[in-house]
Amino acid sequence: MKSIVTDLYSAYYAPYIKESYREDEAIFKSRFQRTWFALLVFALVALPPFMGGYHTFFMTQVLIAVIGAHGLNILLGYTGQISLGHAAFLGVGGYTYSYLAMVLHWPFWLAIPASGLTAAGLGLFIGIPSLRIKGIYLGVATIAFQFIADYTYFHWTTFSGGPQGRAVEAPAFFGYAMTSPLSFYYICLFMAVVLLWGAKNLMRSKYGRCLMAVRDNDISAEALGVPVFKYKILAFVISSFYAGVAGALLVIHLRNVYPAFFHLNVSIEYLAIIIVGGMGTVMGTIFGALFIVLVPEILSNLISSLAQWAHNPDITVLMAPMRLIIHGFLIILFILIEPAGLAGIWRRISSYWKIWPLPYI
Amino acid sequence: MTETSILRVESVSLSFGGIQALNRVDLEVLPGEILAIIGPNGAGKTSLLNCINGLYRPDSGHIFFENLDITPLKAHKRARLRMGRTFQHTELFAGMTVLDNIKSGRTMDIQANFFGAFFHVGKAVREEMKHRRELEETVIDFLDLNHVREQPVAMLPHGLQKRVDLARALALNPKVLLLDEPMAGMNIEEKEDMASFFLDIHRDLGATLIWIEHDLSTVMNLSDRICVLNFGEKIALGTPDEVRQEPDVIEAYLGQEEAG
Ligand SMILES: Nc1ncnc2c1ncn2[C@@H]1O[C@H](COP(=O)(O)OP(=O)(O)OP(=O)(O)O)[C@@H](O)[C@H]1O
Ligand SMILES: [Mg+2]
Repeated sequence: MKSIVTDLYSAYYAPYIKESYREDEAIFKSRFQRTWFALLVFALVALPPFMGGYHTFFMTQVLIAVIGAHGLNILLGYTGQISLGHAAFLGVGGYTYSYLAMVLHWPFWLAIPASGLTAAGLGLFIGIPSLRIKGIYLGVATIAFQFIADYTYFHWTTFSGGPQGRAVEAPAFFGYAMTSPLSFYYICLFMAVVLLWGAKNLMRSKYGRCLMAVRDNDISAEALGVPVFKYKILAFVISSFYAGVAGALLVIHLRNVYPAFFHLNVSIEYLAIIIVGGMGTVMGTIFGALFIVLVPEILSNLISSLAQWAHNPDITVLMAPMRLIIHGFLIILFILIEPAGLAGIWRRISSYWKIWPLPYI
Repeated sequence: MTETSILRVESVSLSFGGIQALNRVDLEVLPGEILAIIGPNGAGKTSLLNCINGLYRPDSGHIFFENLDITPLKAHKRARLRMGRTFQHTELFAGMTVLDNIKSGRTMDIQANFFGAFFHVGKAVREEMKHRRELEETVIDFLDLNHVREQPVAMLPHGLQKRVDLARALALNPKVLLLDEPMAGMNIEEKEDMASFFLDIHRDLGATLIWIEHDLSTVMNLSDRICVLNFGEKIALGTPDEVRQEPDVIEAYLGQEEAG
């Protein structure tokens, strides 16, 4: 009698009982996900040698945007703390790198993490207002930081090189200068993979749960023993670390550092990446970065061919501010129509294909 | 002042602008008892729980937990002393799954450092699996949440959300459990389930339960003692039978109930 009951019981719950909890907590739970991921990594490693300089340069740009944007995603998407000063943290990373590498001649593999850590250290202080202020007010406070940073980059010449900026050389690995875009692409790919994987791991640990608890309900988070303020600060620190690393990579990528790389419009661009891509997911960051870097590129190609076709080079000048307008437009569009972003659309499509060809069961 | 009380509220007052939410409330809770707090709407019941677990800071008075003055402690520090809490209007982590909601109750027990978690190695993984297994075998099984564990809580019906709220509080192995209208908005069956969970929690975990409830017959059936609040004042405290006899209570609460 007893065995019949237990049999029935386990038959009923069979779909919910996993072989091991460890398997259940894996990042990629289904074969579908694992296959896609393997294909993606393979393509990212194997294709660039055949792509040519232009495309490799472009892909590097995307990878850097992915790293920087995921920092913002950890802060805003996972922890719910808004920042409009994200570009300023990229700036801290970029300038620190240029100073350490060009003035103090540190090797790149030391200077990049050091740039991230410097930005993280500053993030610790910039996060403090989040103790008292929330939402849009925190946004305003971080804009203030953005403006102070802009001013500093422009005027603190010994550190930043001032308005003329500073040239940044290709990184050298034990005396061997890696001037080819391809080798730098692989450095960025490595950094992006490690940082995204680490972020994903964090989100399945106590740290990630606490960040999300702060985002979803800070009152019950406190009541469950989550020190809310500590985790808000932690979010700022992690976020600015990612931004700092992205900033360092960016100045290596562009071989230069200028104040204009880190203005408010770049902060808005990063905001657009995670809103368009989808907040609170790694997928969202990747889709968003690809999209936001891709669209202006395609557009400017279109415009220059338009200018040629119309024999009117002025069009290019007229269209220059378009970039910011497009970002603004995309932010509004996605907030209104698809708050889960491109990642949300992707999730719907993939859950359809997972059960294909019998989608209605 | 007996040495034996697990929780002691001493002359706690709290006001919001002109409203006196709590007026010199005294209360002593014995270890292992089920104590109900009742009273009309706006009587200060929720405010009292908020003062006990640190979400509100009283204007005056003290709170002692196991003879330790916890009045200056923040809410998360009090939770660490094993004080669990559920909410009147379920305050779940809406963007997280049921499982993650429940796991968040274990925050204080997970020691693994940041880098272990970042690289998903060593103690971080072992601890995570240990707590997962424990929670599965105790809380999730116990509250019968197996079938929804991967679902985002925002999608669940009200009754299940209430249960997740309770599960989350149980996950922190509470010595004292503060429950704010855990049965509100439930149908009879759900209430009966909840009542049996209560008794199980009480028996198996030996936790002290302090709960707020409006449904008097349930309160009378399940509680060892009842504390009655009205306009921020404690007007009665005693066993169900004693409280039933109090003229003040009859006037302020039961009478009103009968009239309405
Ligand atoms: N955060 C707050 N701000 C202002 N007033 C508050 C606050 N919290 C409670 N009050 C007031 O304090 C009084 C007591 O409220 P409380 O929520 O403790 O009542 P309650 O007994 O839980 O009522 P109910 O049965 O409706 O839940 C009410 O008059 C309420 O308006
Ligand atoms: Mg209440």
